[in-house]
Amino acid sequence: MSEDYNDNKTIHAQSSETMGGGSAGVTPDMDYVRPAEIADQDLYHGHSFITKWIFCQDAKVIGVQYFLLATFTGVVGLILSWLMRLQLGFPGAAGFVTAEHYYQFVTMHGMIMVVYFLTALFLGGFGNYLIPLMVGARDMVFPYLNMVSFWSFFVAVAVLMASFFVPGGPTGAGWTLYPPQTILEGTPGSGAGILLMCLSLILFVAGFTMGGLNYLITVLQARTRGMTLMRMPLTVWGIFTATVLAMLAFPALLVGALMMSLDKVLGTSFFMPTILKAGEVLEYGGGSPILFQHLFWFFGHPEVYIVALPAFGIISDLISVHARKNIFGYRMMVWAIVGIGALSFFVWAHHMYVSGMNPWFGFFFATTTLIIAVPTAMKVYNWILTLWRGNIRMNTVMLWCLGFIVTFVNGGITGIFLGNVSVDVPLSDTYFVVAHFHMVMGIAPLMVIMGAIYHWFPLVAGRFLSEKLGKWHFWLTFLGAYSIYFPMHYLGFIGVPRRYYEMYDSPYVTSAVGMNEFISLAAFLVGAAQFILIYNIIKTLKTGKPAGKNPWKANSLEWLTPTVPPEHGNWGDRLPVVHRWPYDFSVPGAKDDYITQTTPPSEVSNTGVEKT
Amino acid sequence: MSEPKIEGIELKPGFKGMAEDTGSDQTMFKGVHWGKAMMWIFLLSDTFIFSCFLIAYMKGRGSTPVEWPNPSEVFALDAFGVPVPLLLIAIMTFVLITSSGTMALAVKYGYEKNRKMCGWLVLATAIGGLTFVGMQAFEWSKLIHEGVRPWENPFGAAQFGSFFFMITGFHGTHVSIGVIFLFIYAYKVFAGHYDQQKRGWFTSMKGDYVEIEILGLYWHFVDLVWVFIFAFFYLW
Repeated sequence: MSEDYNDNKTIHAQSSETMGGGSAGVTPDMDYVRPAEIADQDLYHGHSFITKWIFCQDAKVIGVQYFLLATFTGVVGLILSWLMRLQLGFPGAAGFVTAEHYYQFVTMHGMIMVVYFLTALFLGGFGNYLIPLMVGARDMVFPYLNMVSFWSFFVAVAVLMASFFVPGGPTGAGWTLYPPQTILEGTPGSGAGILLMCLSLILFVAGFTMGGLNYLITVLQARTRGMTLMRMPLTVWGIFTATVLAMLAFPALLVGALMMSLDKVLGTSFFMPTILKAGEVLEYGGGSPILFQHLFWFFGHPEVYIVALPAFGIISDLISVHARKNIFGYRMMVWAIVGIGALSFFVWAHHMYVSGMNPWFGFFFATTTLIIAVPTAMKVYNWILTLWRGNIRMNTVMLWCLGFIVTFVNGGITGIFLGNVSVDVPLSDTYFVVAHFHMVMGIAPLMVIMGAIYHWFPLVAGRFLSEKLGKWHFWLTFLGAYSIYFPMHYLGFIGVPRRYYEMYDSPYVTSAVGMNEFISLAAFLVGAAQFILIYNIIKTLKTGKPAGKNPWKANSLEWLTPTVPPEHGNWGDRLPVVHRWPYDFSVPGAKDDYITQTTPPSEVSNTGVEKT
Repeated sequence: MSEPKIEGIELKPGFKGMAEDTGSDQTMFKGVHWGKAMMWIFLLSDTFIFSCFLIAYMKGRGSTPVEWPNPSEVFALDAFGVPVPLLLIAIMTFVLITSSGTMALAVKYGYEKNRKMCGWLVLATAIGGLTFVGMQAFEWSKLIHEGVRPWENPFGAAQFGSFFFMITGFHGTHVSIGVIFLFIYAYKVFAGHYDQQKRGWFTSMKGDYVEIEILGLYWHFVDLVWVFIFAFFYLW
């Protein structure tokens, strides 16, 4: 690797160098990379158990901490979903699931899964672990702030969980927390429950902001030499764009949560209209419940993409590595991520078609919503074209990837139904909606998370997860998830309303009872299947097959650290220098079927892709 | 602040330069301190928070069925027996904007490594901010005496008090946090932490005068937000 850049200041002569077939006369000039602009990062190295593993400033440890805590909340959310399905499939079978408890479970399941599980896992977990490694930085740029970010999240989760134990229990207003009923007596958890929920959300947003600033500045200002934005793995692009969305969308949630708390505690009427209750006029009056809906969904819709964009990015990398092919249309993929991110701020009111809005307003939002299908479909085509004629490794990771594509297309198509006002109105608040969003932002991102775990576990722990257990895990989850959500579409078409505790003797009963029982049994199975993964992880940590360096033969920097798993500071003495994008797989003429990002052009001058 | 310079790299002005920086490796904003870039992005996020507040306020004011109180009467102050509208607010605004001026000078002297001048100006900014918070506390107590509460007030729509206390309170919290940091930074400047590159108490990062500029960005932002709150609450 040539390092003689000091006497070479003519950057233009260098950057005009293109990737023509440079077979003749390989010069060190060919390997030129701009000199370092930023001083090596000054890191605080922990030296006790507490500073190394608990209040740790290493992004990798923080990533694992986020991962574990998010998984814990995810398991709580899973158990809540079991209890809900128990009631829906076999009404009254478990006596303690009363109507009040059912609504509390619905609410907490939704909030936990969307915010405290998926968001925290993708951005806090994968973001922290992968961003510094993938862009070639030693750590996040503000390690201390990063640590505070995790502990804010910890306190937010603690406050959320505390709401299970306060008088009245957690809020049962649905995860959208629509006022006025959220804070009125009669709604479960309308006292301490909703306050703790608002407080927890505010803490989460504050903590996330600290983490998010880290992710953004690390990507923008701390890349290694040669790492241009267009050479970053799509994982980083996805997490980066999702973080931008989060930084701009969470403010609306923060403001909504704050105003709701004031309505509850101080008796203001931001969201509260004049209300008659049992013939009595309440103190409230003059507020606008619709205002909360707008604030909530201005956060809520970008939130969908905060979960989806990292998934898009990660899946692109997994498919490329395990199909041994470059990602099809890299630039298109990047612009699709950025475009989806930008569009996601102009579609929020499609969640409010039945709020009594002006039809033209709905028309506008239906149009913007359907436009999002364009970049999204481009991404799906590109994933399929990446697989096309690839040298596909049919391992667990690839199974999850394929499962994701199918599930995502499925959820996307039902999204086209719901994006149109006239189709949405009859389907609104039925199980069709439940099936749609669970497919598209529940199961699909979950498949990516699972694929990512099987893919990056060898990096984090140095051992392979068991393929055999992994395949059981995949097939049970995949077939089980379809057994749950396919029938739900049908339930929605026959008009079974969501959020109902029990159908009693309604006309739906005859055709829905058997189906509800079936769905519940499938849900128990899928939930149980997730414990295969936990068993697999515990078993692998002890007895798994050692992975060694770069076990998947990938190109991106996270696999190229001097030690596996990487140590604090990631790169030992010298930062890596990047010469290409991370997708040079199966290049004709190359010695191996992969060319790592740090391979200088002079080593592969016979391939026609010296620089990419 | 001087133009950023990076050894071995020629920085070009204008759109072309921006495009080149974006397409380059390592950094997007050439020569910009990490902390400074972070503060700008944080302020963008904070802008969204205040925008949500102010849009909510416009919506609340627009949709309440009861008439909105007249700000020039509610915010009037008796000076020598004559009610002068917006007197206190004018002084508050003047003090806060002036403190932005002293902050800007502090940044200049900081980069010139003029420890004393920088320290005094940061301290002056802190005192300006403290005066502002004090006057706001006075205004709040005056309104509370007159019967304005977050849930009701004698002048008209209940939402007036709700939005007023919430938004000025949220802004006042920003100012107070700024004041605390200004006092800490004034101490650090006088104690020479930035000259000696002493490590931070919590972050253990080396001190640098750029921190004064970063705090300055925050302070100017808080002032700018006040201008919007002033316009929306007192002039509308």
